[in-house]
Amino acid sequence: MKLITAIIRPFKLDEVREALTEVGVSGITVTEVKGFGRQKGHTELYRGAEYVVDFLPKLKVECAVAESSLEAALEALANAARTGKVGDGKIFVQSLERTVRIRTGELDDDAL
Amino acid sequence: MKTSHHSDRSAATSTKEGTHTVTHSQMDPRLRADDGMRVDAFSRDERRRAIDALRTPRIAALLAMLFALIAPALAFAQDAAAAAPTANKGDVAWLLVCAALVIFMTLPGLALFYGGLVRSKNVLSVLIQTLIVFSLVAILWALYGYSLAFTPGNAFIGGFDRVFAKGLDATAMGATFTKGVYIPELVFFVFQGAFACITCALIIGAFAERVKFAGVLLFTVLWFTFAYTPMAHMVWFFPGPDAFTDNGAVPGVLAQSGFLFARGALDFAGGTVVHINAAVAGLVGSYVIGKRVGYGREAIKPHNLTQTMVGASILWVGWFGFNAGSALEANAVAAQAFVNTFLATAAAVLGWTAVEWISKGKPSMLGAASGAVAGLVAITPAAGFVGLCGAIVIGALAGAVCLWGVNGLKRLLGADDALDVFGVHGVGGILGALLTGVFASPALGGAGIWDYVTETALPEYSIASQVWIQLQGVLVTVALSGVVALIAFLIVKYTVGLRVSEESEREGLDITSHGESAYEN
Repeated sequence: MKLITAIIRPFKLDEVREALTEVGVSGITVTEVKGFGRQKGHTELYRGAEYVVDFLPKLKVECAVAESSLEAALEALANAARTGKVGDGKIFVQSLERTVRIRTGELDDDAL
Repeated sequence: MKTSHHSDRSAATSTKEGTHTVTHSQMDPRLRADDGMRVDAFSRDERRRAIDALRTPRIAALLAMLFALIAPALAFAQDAAAAAPTANKGDVAWLLVCAALVIFMTLPGLALFYGGLVRSKNVLSVLIQTLIVFSLVAILWALYGYSLAFTPGNAFIGGFDRVFAKGLDATAMGATFTKGVYIPELVFFVFQGAFACITCALIIGAFAERVKFAGVLLFTVLWFTFAYTPMAHMVWFFPGPDAFTDNGAVPGVLAQSGFLFARGALDFAGGTVVHINAAVAGLVGSYVIGKRVGYGREAIKPHNLTQTMVGASILWVGWFGFNAGSALEANAVAAQAFVNTFLATAAAVLGWTAVEWISKGKPSMLGAASGAVAGLVAITPAAGFVGLCGAIVIGALAGAVCLWGVNGLKRLLGADDALDVFGVHGVGGILGALLTGVFASPALGGAGIWDYVTETALPEYSIASQVWIQLQGVLVTVALSGVVALIAFLIVKYTVGLRVSEESEREGLDITSHGESAYEN
């Protein structure tokens, strides 16, 4: 099993969810996050006070997949989240040791 | 508050004359009607001035009121019964609505305007400070503030005729700016009281986000007593228009009027008394209390500009009561002030936004809202004295100049005036006070100087000399408010304390001072 963590543009969430659903991913977790990368921040001006905002709002999407569906999920996610401009985000993949479905007690691939 | 001339003043004043008339005022409330006005217009040629004052609504009104109050009192003291003044129901209805509008400016207008500008951890502290200061000043107004501001005393402060609201009942009448026209003194009392409340509340913005709650209370009592009441008296108190019986009476009437009224300073609704007064106190406060933790290093951003927009809009609406109500009558002068408040504010929104867009690259909502307040402040002293074009020019200039007030000037001053009380109210107030002297000129569409004796505008008008008188009014206000505020802040600092601990400031005043938080996190 693999845990996919993707940092995406907030407005891409719906497309990403649909794309993942199409390739069989049955659940995702979304968190509002801020961060910086190659995309530049912006300047905010309040009367005389000017602030450079380095941290931009992004969404962190997490989903667990079986090894067999990893490549399809990654491709679907990347295609859905891509605009081609700096700031599209990144995808991280980690190995996942165990999974438990709380309601039934099913384990690992059965729990995904 | 804006204008001293506003009729408000008229009501209470005639105390001095009271000597002659005194019996009157105290015994026969109706006679009292004479007292109330302050006239600015009298400085040089007192007589002339007096006249001018009438024209310019406030001043004129003040003079008129003085006359009204005094003259009746004096003249009729003996035959008081015959002179019993009555009020016009239209005036009463209009002014009571105006008083409510001015109250609405503070609660919730100013509270929301300020509340949106602070960080979310301090919003409740600013709201409660506004609410408490308002309530505290309302009570002080009844206990002694109104008496010190609007009863006869000397040129700088009133007397004790109305202390503890003595004699202030439904039978007491006050003067307006027109001879023979009176309003119930209770109306004048509450209208003026609302001005006192918002003036003290304005100061809160300067030391927001780090002030100690008890310090706000003590400062308010001290500053209200020793800065607000004398300023209101100096600018607005005069014996009423009825006192201006003939040219020979003018010097005597002016001698009983407030210092700046007698000099002929024009302040229709309180540019000096309210805005410059509060702004200077705020600036002094921001120096004494020091900068907020993290100022200039961390991002200290407004937490909810939607609140600020709503607050600014409420202020604009409330300001129609503030400015137009200062005519003290439901008449054409009130309409003039109303329209000028409408146009100058719009011009200021456009002025601020245009300059900001060009110089900073983007037109900001906060800038537009700040421009509205700047325009409202600047038109306050001029509201009933200038024409429509004058109002538009004053507003547009206020928008542009106050933008500098919160940028270049703010950096120059080096103080952390958190919500730009001085940059907007101080700069806008001073600009408005000076431009009133320019655009009150009949040559520029203004009303000129009112002669309370003949109840017409004087034919001649000198812009240069009027601007000089206006400047004197500004300087007196800056000096008095600055000195009183400095002493008051130092007293607070070394007694109850002026500032919370750094730890409390970091955590936010809502939790540390008031035990509550505005929003779920």
